[in-house]
Order: sequence, then C-alpha cells, then structure tokens
Amino acid sequence: MNNDSLIKYILGIADNSLILGQRLGELTGHGPTLEVDIAMTNISLDLFGQVRSYFQYAAQLSEEDKTEDDFAFLRTEREYVNVLLVEQPNRDFAYTIARQFLFDHFHFLLLNELQNSKDETLVAIAKKSLKEASYHRRFSSDWIKRLGDGTEESNRKIQLAINDLWRFTEELFHKTKADIEAIKEGVGVDTDKLKEKYLANVAEVLEEATLQKPVLEFFQEGGKKGIHSEHMGYLLSDMQYMQRTYPGMKW
Amino acid sequence: MIEEKAHISEELEPILMQVSDPEIPVLSIIDLGVVRSAEIHNGIVEVKITPTYSGCPAMDVIGDDIKSALLEAGYEAKVDLVLSPAWSTDWITEAGRKALEDYGIAAPLEASADKKALLGETQVVKCTHCGSKNTQMVSQFGSTACKALFKCNDCQEPFDYFKCLI
Repeated sequence: MNNDSLIKYILGIADNSLILGQRLGELTGHGPTLEVDIAMTNISLDLFGQVRSYFQYAAQLSEEDKTEDDFAFLRTEREYVNVLLVEQPNRDFAYTIARQFLFDHFHFLLLNELQNSKDETLVAIAKKSLKEASYHRRFSSDWIKRLGDGTEESNRKIQLAINDLWRFTEELFHKTKADIEAIKEGVGVDTDKLKEKYLANVAEVLEEATLQKPVLEFFQEGGKKGIHSEHMGYLLSDMQYMQRTYPGMKW
Repeated sequence: MIEEKAHISEELEPILMQVSDPEIPVLSIIDLGVVRSAEIHNGIVEVKITPTYSGCPAMDVIGDDIKSALLEAGYEAKVDLVLSPAWSTDWITEAGRKALEDYGIAAPLEASADKKALLGETQVVKCTHCGSKNTQMVSQFGSTACKALFKCNDCQEPFDYFKCLI
C-alpha cells in the first residue's frame, strides 16, 4: 500500500490514544483520590508513549518534512480521525471510567490482532503497547465492578454513564477507506472480527458488576470521518495552544 | 519468554554501568536491561536502548546521559530507541533486582505470582521495610509507569513494587 494510505491507517489508531490521553491528562491533580489520579495519568502517559511511536513512524513515512509534533499539534479538527467515544468529556468519575472501560476492551483486542500485521513497525508497537493495554483493561474493568456492585448511588451513576456512552461503541468497528485498504494488504486489523469478542467481554464484566448491557438501535458516528462532537474544539484549543502560540517550540 | 540477549561491547560496559535510571538512581541501565546493544562502528558508538513502558519519560534523559558518559570517556555516540523485542522484567539482572530491593522497591515476581499479587488473590510481595508478606496492593499504578503501590499490613509502611511485564 502507498505511504499516504498507510499514514492514514496509522493515524486512525494513534488519534484514539492521543485524544484519550489528553482527556485523562486533564485529571492530573484532579482525580477523586490520589491513587486514582496517579493511575489515570499513568494510563495517559502510556497512551502518549504509544502515540509517539505511531507518529514517529508516520513522520518517517511522510514525504513532506514532518515531525511527530506536526501530527500531534498542527492538524485542524477535521483532520483528526479519532472515534467520538474518546473525545467525550470526563464529566464525573463514572463517565471517565465507563469511557475508559469501553475503549480499553476494544484497544486490547485491536493491538492483539495488530501483532499479526505484515508491517514490522506496527507489530513492534503493538507488542509493546499490548502489555500496557492489558493493565489498563484490568484497571477499568475492576472499577466497573466496584462501582456497579458498590452502593446504590455508584451503581446508578455508572449505569447512567454506560447507557449514555454506549451509542459511541459501534463506531469503534467502522472502517475508513484507509482501513479497508490496510486490511486488504494484510497490514490492518479487520475490526469486524473483533466485534463479537468485544461485546462478549464487555457483557461479562457488566454482568459481574450487576449492570445492564444497554440495548440501542441508533448509534452515533462521525469522528473517524473527521466530523467531531462539540467537545473536540475545546480539547484541541487546549492541547494545541503552545504549538500555535509559539510555532516550532521545543522542550 | 524472550531470549534475545543484549550485545554490549566489553570496553563499553563499564562506562554504561555508570549510567543509571534517573527514577531509580541505584539501578544501572545495564542491570535494568534497557541497553540492547552497544557497539563501535567506524569510531562511533552505536547504542540501542528500549523503553520499559512506551511513555517512560526517563528514556530521553537516559539517552542524553549515555551520550555524555561516553563523551567523557572519549567516544562519540549515537543512541537509537528500539521497540522490538519489547522489554521484559526478565531482563533485569540479579544485581539489578538486589539494587531495587535495597532501594526499597520490591523486585518483580514471576508472571503467575505477579498476576495473583495484582489481583489481590495471594500475598506474595514482600515488604521492603520489614520483610513481611502480609502486604496488600493499594493501586496498580504507582509513582512511575513501571511500579505498583503496595502497603504492609504489619509495619503499616507503603512501598513500591516493580510490576512484572513479560
């Protein structure tokens, strides 16, 4: 496959981690307890580390003279192709955990499959990231159980968050043109094959947590096509501020 | 288990032994297992290092420290970050494990015991202060990406546990 398509495929994976990492980073110093604060920011750090590997690879493939920072900080909103789920605001702890849980289970399965890609660099990144993603998945699943099977109030709040965010889960499996091309070349992961397992894994945790799996007929999509929710602009203005204000700045 | 052995030239090893992880100053990067190779090609030292965790902020510092340590010893160096094969806690040497324990960080257990420890099923992590195994996990995520936070039920002190990653 040509480099342009491969870059697009890479961004489709990387942008999810970037935007979710940014969301989690907002909790630095604001987590509900010190341990949770540290955990969320640790997960954020893992995601940013993974993103750097993806963006460095994309920059290397790019014919223009691009760096990882160009991909992270200097694209416009429509050029980011993350799913809507990861850009949803933290709201409260239940929402933050529910978002993480719904993403982690997908992320784990995706990386697991990406290990079989024909692209060696993606395989290396996947192998590295998978170890981290399994910690994330354990963390968020444990919290789902704790909140679901906790008090009446925690159960109510986490159920509400799951119900509300469920409409974004379908998009995780949608395929862009670059995805389809990457799958055909044996480079990309066919997300269709992950869906059944995803729903089963998620259902298993929800059941243990005494929570109901939502039933929905309508799902929301758009992020993968660059059409984002109203929250994305605020997130980007925060994230891009330094690079926009001091172009080319370095640490 | 990953059997990939590090290739470090004998004359460079003592120099690299002097470089430590900035988060764990007692632990040399050689004993931590992050140096995958160090060889001299055409008068330039080429060092390959691999991160413990993808986002480990210490990697940039370690890269710079390697360059300056080698420069002091009269070598020009180039440091590359490699991801494959992925780092594993099995690469921490015996000396490294001892240094961790002495510093107050419980060294990683083997994979199956680690899982039980992190799931709270069994008490297997030894307190670095009093040696008791009557310990419990407070959080899977500790002060750095590679550590979990534990506390001892006997001496009541908190301590870090280096998470197993294989």
